Amino acid sequence: MSLTLNDLEKSINSGLTTAVKKSEINYGQLYIDINVEDIISTILFLKTNEKCKFKQLIDITAVDYPQKEKRFKIVYLLLSHENNLRLIIKINIDEKEKVPSITKIFPSANWMEREIFDMYGISFKDHPDLRRILTDYGFEGYPLRKDFPLTGHTEVRYSEDKKKVIYEPVKLDQEYREFDSQSPWEGTKYINQDQDKKDEKLSNDKEN
Amino acid sequence: MIKKTKTMNLNFGPQHPAAHGVLRLILELDGEVVEKIDPHIGLLHRGTEKLIEHKTYTQALPYFDRLDYVAPMNQEHAFALAIEKLLNIEVPIKGQYIRILFCEIGRILSHLLNITTQALDVGALTPSLWGFEERETLMTFYERVSGSRLHANYFRPGGVHKDLPRGLSDDILLFCETFPKIIDDLETLLTDNRIFKQRNVDIGIVTKQEALEHSFSGVMLRGSGVPWDLRKSQPYECYQDFNFKIPIGKNGDCYDRYLCRMEEMRESTKIIKDCIKKMPTGPVKSIDGKITPPKKEDLKDSMEALIHHFKLFSEGFRVPEGEIYTAVEAPKGEFGVYLISDGSNKPYKCKIRAPGFSHLQAMDYLLKGHMLADVPAVLGSLDIVFGEVDR
Repeated sequence: MSLTLNDLEKSINSGLTTAVKKSEINYGQLYIDINVEDIISTILFLKTNEKCKFKQLIDITAVDYPQKEKRFKIVYLLLSHENNLRLIIKINIDEKEKVPSITKIFPSANWMEREIFDMYGISFKDHPDLRRILTDYGFEGYPLRKDFPLTGHTEVRYSEDKKKVIYEPVKLDQEYREFDSQSPWEGTKYINQDQDKKDEKLSNDKEN
Repeated sequence: MIKKTKTMNLNFGPQHPAAHGVLRLILELDGEVVEKIDPHIGLLHRGTEKLIEHKTYTQALPYFDRLDYVAPMNQEHAFALAIEKLLNIEVPIKGQYIRILFCEIGRILSHLLNITTQALDVGALTPSLWGFEERETLMTFYERVSGSRLHANYFRPGGVHKDLPRGLSDDILLFCETFPKIIDDLETLLTDNRIFKQRNVDIGIVTKQEALEHSFSGVMLRGSGVPWDLRKSQPYECYQDFNFKIPIGKNGDCYDRYLCRMEEMRESTKIIKDCIKKMPTGPVKSIDGKITPPKKEDLKDSMEALIHHFKLFSEGFRVPEGEIYTAVEAPKGEFGVYLISDGSNKPYKCKIRAPGFSHLQAMDYLLKGHMLADVPAVLGSLDIVFGEVDR
């Protein structure tokens, strides 16, 4: 007996009650928003609950929104083989906040959290071995943050004088060019006069 | 008297033929028994995800060939599917069939490489010589359809780049006739081979439970007896139209995984044959001119086609806002793309979920208590390609 997405949404909402801030179904997948402190209890519930059975952690990733107050969004992707459903959990945190590690629940979270630490500089509480994973030994900075330049800060080369590989600041003969080729594909946007009037009215109401 | 033992640290790789690329392992050994393994990855890290954020969707596609470079088109597939779902467009039926055809060719490519090189790691040279000959044939199919043997860039959002060239389906069909014989030959070399069995049976056992906990997918999961294949359970394209079996293992050791891969190659051959026989007619890519480029002929005399062509290859198309996770059953396991679009012509974020990443992570758990000589055997059966692990 397998659940449908709607049943799942209901049972998660009733099982976790207030922990779920928002839930929605898009493209045949269920997305839920929760608070950072609820992550351990939520994941544990989803893994052990009779109905949900989300026994596999597919991936954890982060997204950077520099303009937002809570800068990072952490995304957990879960899969339930029994119900053949996927679930996406999202939490928002700010730059200094620490996220509880879920390595105790899913051992495979270890490297995934290390990768997030490496790429975004988000640290995890109670992680057994929080080291950089993909970047070079002695690397500085967090490459996947939006404010990190695409070219990076250093480049390596073999120095004939010193007889070893050396690190130098990146020197480019030509700056990396970001092409903004976006132009109105749809043609001219004519000013919608009705909309203008409405906006005017709204702002007038606010002032009053 | 208590004998004092001291563990020894051994550095394995990053340049080692059995490391299947650039893997560095720090092994802690007690005599010849492995106590702890600390894999150091990232030596092939190219920042694919960062680069994708700075490219249009069309320009980002070739990066997927460079992930698991053994089965490039399967990777492109996941990305193309993600974009299509966000755009909400349909791929014409012929496009879907061609995609399946080449996904299965990719699966054979990958399994052939894995089985034969794993055999090489445990001391059998001949399989790799025989297997690579077949891979060469398959790669000429890639070349004939896309113009390149490895980095195909063939699956585009909305379909595939071009229709099959004349005569290709006949040649693939011919290959399907002869290939089962090659699998049989490989089996005579390996399946009952005493040395091969001694090196693989009961080595690197994964239980069902632990396969799930360690986020295993693909053959690593099926080898442990979990009947899970995305082609069957969450069919994408038109896999539901095809009749094929999912081989599953019993003991979850290296030998079972080898058997699963062998069987999967046979099933893939069947799918390919089926696919060519049932190949429908019609367009191979979506006819939406705002997504897929126009025909070359049209550029000469249609102004609209010319504009579309110019806009598509400069600005690219825009993808509506949204975030989505799509996964395909790549030869190595579940390959997924978590794509976030902000409504512009470039992805805001594209996380690539590589199956090898979680498989390699389990090295420590798999090899604790095994002998040093088992390290390459297990590493081989994990089917690691560093392009996708390091990204």
